[in-house]
Amino acid sequence: MEALTNRLKPVDRHKMSLWERIYLPAVFKGMVITLRHFFKRKATISYPEQVRPFSPVFRGLQILNRDEEGRENCTACGLCALACPAEAITMECAERKPGEEHLYREEKYAAKYEINMLRCIFCGLCEEACPKDAVYLTETFAPSNYNRNGFIYGKEELLIPDPKTDPEGFAKARGSRINNPQGHGNEH
Amino acid sequence: MYYNHIFLSIDWALFIEKLVLIVIVVSVSLVVAMYSTYAERKVAAFMQDRRGPNRAGPFGILQPLADGMKLFFKEEIVPSFSSKFLFILGPILAMLTAIMVSAVIPWGNYMHILGRDVSLQIADINIGILYIFGVLSLGVYGIMIGGWASNNKFSLLGAMRAASQIISYELALGIALIALLLLTGTLNLGEMVHQQKDGTWNIFKQPLGFLIFLICAFAETNRTPFDLPEAENELMGGYHAEYSSMKLGFYLFAEYVNMFLSGAVMTTLYFGGYDIPFFNDAHLMQTLGANWLAIIQGIVLFIKISLFIFLFMWVRWTVPRFRYDQLMNLGWKILLPLSILNMLVTGALILLKQNHWHF
Repeated sequence: MEALTNRLKPVDRHKMSLWERIYLPAVFKGMVITLRHFFKRKATISYPEQVRPFSPVFRGLQILNRDEEGRENCTACGLCALACPAEAITMECAERKPGEEHLYREEKYAAKYEINMLRCIFCGLCEEACPKDAVYLTETFAPSNYNRNGFIYGKEELLIPDPKTDPEGFAKARGSRINNPQGHGNEH
Repeated sequence: MYYNHIFLSIDWALFIEKLVLIVIVVSVSLVVAMYSTYAERKVAAFMQDRRGPNRAGPFGILQPLADGMKLFFKEEIVPSFSSKFLFILGPILAMLTAIMVSAVIPWGNYMHILGRDVSLQIADINIGILYIFGVLSLGVYGIMIGGWASNNKFSLLGAMRAASQIISYELALGIALIALLLLTGTLNLGEMVHQQKDGTWNIFKQPLGFLIFLICAFAETNRTPFDLPEAENELMGGYHAEYSSMKLGFYLFAEYVNMFLSGAVMTTLYFGGYDIPFFNDAHLMQTLGANWLAIIQGIVLFIKISLFIFLFMWVRWTVPRFRYDQLMNLGWKILLPLSILNMLVTGALILLKQNHWHF
């Protein structure tokens, strides 16, 4: 029968020579191979201490952004919740009272803002939908918790540190993504 | 009065000296066995391009302690259909016979402590090798009893495999050794080391004998490629399938103690024991003194043994397991005739030499 491809390889059933039947040379050859691997550079990195660099478009956990004066950007318009295909975002809005101008940038703000990280699929549509530069996806990923309630992130988890009291934390939380034009599709 | 006489005639210094030596040797073998598990995991990892345990302590050196702790805190399960006494006796025997071998191995020449010459061999008996053989054959009882008492077909199969394997390979091992005994003319291990120290190592006189001995040592210690008694993917652990907690720990530990001590036996028989290669011991004795020399000799012996342990691991992570008929073929049809041939040729050569090379 004619073979369909030329990749057919007949099984080698020739009688082994004495050299092959001793097996020890073959064993020795194998041992040389394992020894070579012994001294090879390992591909593994020690994860929590070292992390691999992410691509600039990596989408991790969300943050809620503040502006340079430390005011919350979010106005609780609900566009992110509307855009969310996984329906992971809920929020309640409230009106800014006089004297709270240093806390919230607009007259309306999110009194409660929750993202269920178990539902979230990290598609980044909330970030794209946001007209106020308030929601960003960061490079943080793989959160861990002992119960499912812990994965519903509220404002305390999502809001980044205030630049006035903690400028370093603020810069770190914003990271490279927010300042990096490649990083998000909502550049105005 | 008679008993009193015996009591007084005991050399108490010797008694204490031997006791201290026993404690040191046993604890050293246990520590080495402990760190062999760590080394095994590291070697396996490195050969598979991984990193191995590196979380517990720097470079993971506390890993064996963590493993031991884990085993201690595991639930002690005795299967309800097992014979309880034998079930507990199994791991005890395995550990006991593993450690008993260490009694006759010369760990160094002698030390000079408090005006006494302290021999670094626990029991300098003139039938050292026979003793090792006796203890080695006892070793199979630990596995047999454990596998039998588990009342489980996989355990029993593993035990049967272990028994027939060890008995088969002991023959070739013994006959390979007879050739060595013909050469050295002594069963005393200390004496053998002395001969090798003054002359050449026995490996150069008995290369084939050593090869047979090495292969048999792999079989006797149940290491890959001869680890059929505990073949994980065929027998779910074989003879120790039903064991848990520290009883399992004893079995696993006994394997590593065995590995360490068979390395020690091979070093003593074929690689000059505690002999320091390329150095004249008598000359070093004068410059360093007996105590320092003994310490260096001990270190050299340990280096040699470590190389053997590494060899055991290296082979384990290279060679796949034999099939059972291949194992038996190798033992009975190849190693046994080879060792007999080796013995006959050695004997003939020795006879010829005695006759000054005349027939």
